Amino acid sequence: MDITVNILLTIATAATPLLIAAIGELVVERSGVLNLGVEGMMIMGAVGGFGAGYLTGSPWIGLLAAIIVGALFSLLFAVMTLSLATNQVATGLSLTLLGLGLSGMIGTSFVGQPGVRLPNLDIPGISSIPIVGKLIFGQDPVFYISIALTAAVMWFLFRTRTGLTLRSIGDSHTSAHALGIKVIRYRYLAVIFGGASAGLAGGHLSLVYTPQWVENMSAGRGWIALALVVFASWRPWRVLAGAYIFGAVWIGQLHAQAFGIPVPSQFLSSLPYLATIVVLVLISRNKRLTMMNTPASLGQPFVPDR
Amino acid sequence: MRIELVKRPQRSALFSMLSPFIAFALTIIAGAIMFALLGVNPLNAFEIYFVEPISQVWQLHELAIKAAPLILIAVGLSVCYKANIWNIGAEGQFIFGAIFGSIIPVLFPQFEGPLVIPLMLLLGMVGGAFYASIPALLKTRFSTNEILTSLMLVYVAQLFLDWLVRGPWRDPQGHGFPQTIQFGDSAVLPELMPDAGRANWGFVFALVAAVAIWLMMSRMLKGFEVRVLGSSPRAGRFAGFGFNKMVFFAFLLSGALAGLAGISEVSGAIGQLQPVISPGYGFTAIIVAFLGRLNPLGIVAAGLVLALTYLGGEAVQSALGISDKVARVFQGMLLFFVLGCDTLIHYRIRLIGMALTKPKGAALEAAPKLGEAR
Repeated sequence: MDITVNILLTIATAATPLLIAAIGELVVERSGVLNLGVEGMMIMGAVGGFGAGYLTGSPWIGLLAAIIVGALFSLLFAVMTLSLATNQVATGLSLTLLGLGLSGMIGTSFVGQPGVRLPNLDIPGISSIPIVGKLIFGQDPVFYISIALTAAVMWFLFRTRTGLTLRSIGDSHTSAHALGIKVIRYRYLAVIFGGASAGLAGGHLSLVYTPQWVENMSAGRGWIALALVVFASWRPWRVLAGAYIFGAVWIGQLHAQAFGIPVPSQFLSSLPYLATIVVLVLISRNKRLTMMNTPASLGQPFVPDR
Repeated sequence: MRIELVKRPQRSALFSMLSPFIAFALTIIAGAIMFALLGVNPLNAFEIYFVEPISQVWQLHELAIKAAPLILIAVGLSVCYKANIWNIGAEGQFIFGAIFGSIIPVLFPQFEGPLVIPLMLLLGMVGGAFYASIPALLKTRFSTNEILTSLMLVYVAQLFLDWLVRGPWRDPQGHGFPQTIQFGDSAVLPELMPDAGRANWGFVFALVAAVAIWLMMSRMLKGFEVRVLGSSPRAGRFAGFGFNKMVFFAFLLSGALAGLAGISEVSGAIGQLQPVISPGYGFTAIIVAFLGRLNPLGIVAAGLVLALTYLGGEAVQSALGISDKVARVFQGMLLFFVLGCDTLIHYRIRLIGMALTKPKGAALEAAPKLGEAR
C-alpha cells in the first residue's frame, strides 16, 4: 500500500510542473497567441527560483522569484509579437533559445550547490492519516497551487465575462477589435500570465522536484506542456488529465529503469517524448475536434488599424 | 508610452537591406551591457570575442568548420520556413545523418577506397531525410503539428545516439569510453588545404548547397511554388500546387541537408561517433536562417557570423573565465533583434507618449471618438 501511495505522490510531483505550464499556455493560446517559449521561460524560472532560494535561504522567496522571472521573460515575447507584430513561431523559438543560454550562464556558479526545498504540507494529526492523509494533505504547496490554478482558469474562461472576452479575441481579433475590445492589452496580460505560470513550473522543478540547479533541467517539459494544450483541445480539465498521464509515463519509465528492466535506459527515457508524438497524432486525427476547438486566430499577428 | 505600427504602402527596400546590420549593432550594444554587468571591460571582451578568433589563417579554417553545418542546415530550413512549414527538428536530422553515414566506417571498417566517402555522404543524406519524413508523414496523414513532433524527435535522436555509442557500436578497445572506433583513412572527409588549417570539404558542400538552393528559389518553378504556398496556400491550390507534396519536399530537402551536415561533421571534424556530436547546430541554424533573411546567399554570411559567436564563446571562456554559454546568449539576442528589425520593413514605428495621443486636427477628432464608443 505504501508503495502505491509513494508512486502516486511522485506522479503528482512529476505532473505538477507540466500542469502549471500547460494551464498558463492554454490561457495564452485562448487569447490567440502561440508562445513557443515555454521551455525558455520555464528554465529561467528554474534558475531564478533556485538562485533566489539559494541566496536568501528561503524557498518561498525562491518560488516568488521564479514567478517574477518567468513573467518578465515573457514580457520580452509580448513586446516583440504584440507591439512589433513579429512572427510568433520564430519569436517563441528565440525566447526558448535565449532562455536556455541565459539560464546556463547565470547558473554557472549554482552548479553543485545545495538547494533549498519547499516543505510539504504537514497538518498535525491529519497528514498522518494513512493513504488519504499523505495524498490529500501532505503534498508540496505547489501541488495545491496547480489544482487551484486549474480550477480558477476553468472558472475564469467559461464563467466570467472577461474570460468570454478573452476567448472571443482568440477566435477573431478583428471582430473583437471592431467591438472596441483592447485586443493588445488583453493579450499582453494573457502572455504575462503564461510566463508567470511557466516560471512557477520551473520554480517547482528547482525547489521541489530536484532541489538543485542542473543545466537544461527542464528537459523538454516546456515542449510537452505545449503538446498537452493541443492534446487537451484547449480545455483546462483535459490539461489536468493529460498532465497526470504524462506524469505517470515519466515516473513509470524512471521506475522501470530502477527495477532493471532489460531494456536500454535510453529507450525508456525517450518514452515521454514518443508518448507525446503518439498522443498528438491520436488527437489530431480527429479533424473535427481540433478544428472546432483551436482558437481561430491562433498564431496570427494583429496590428490594429485605426 | 505606447508603440504604434503604421503599415508602409510597400515593403521598404532600404530596411530590408539594413535590418540585419541594425540587429547586429543592437546585439553588440546589449552584449556590451552584459559584459559590463559581468565586470569585464566590454571593449576588451569584444576584442577577444570577435577579433582574436579570426586573426590568423588557421583560425579562419576553424571558422569554416563551424560555419559549414550551420549553413547547410539553415539553407534547407529556409526553404521550409518560406513555405510556412516549421521544421525545428534539424538537430535530430543532423544526428540521424551522422548515424546513417557512420554505418560504413563503424560496421564495415575493412571496406576502403575512393567510394567510401561518397557512399557515406549519400547515406547521411538518406538518414536525415528519413528522420525528417516522420514529421512530414504525420503532418500530411494526420495533420499533426510538425513543430512539436519534429522537436520531440530531437530528444529521441539524442538518446538513440547515446545508446548506440555506449552499447552496440562502442569501440571494444576504447577503454570503456562511450565512442565508436576511429574512422579509417578513407572514411575521413579530406581537408581542403592541410598545410593552412583543418577546414574540410564540408564547407564546400555548404557553399554549393547555398548556391543551388538560391538558384532553385529564384530561377526555378519549384522555388516559385514554395513562395506561393508559403504566402497564400489558397492561391497555391488554385495554381495546382499540392500542399502535402510541398510538406514532403521541404522536410526531405531540409532533412537531407541536415543529414549531410551531420555526416560531414562526424567524418571531417570529429572522426568518430560520440554521445554528443553537435553544440546545438540544428537550433542555431534556425537563427542563421532568419539572420540571413531566408535567402541562401544571406545565409552564408549569417552562418559565418554565428560560427564566430561559437569561437568567441570558447575564447572568452578560456581568456576571461566567462561561461561559454555566453555564445548562446549572443545567438538568442541576435535572433530577437533580427525579428524586431524585420518589423521595420513592413511598418513604420511610432512611439506615442500617453499625453500626446490626442489628434491635433479638429476634423480628425471626431473619428477616434466614434471608434471608442462602446
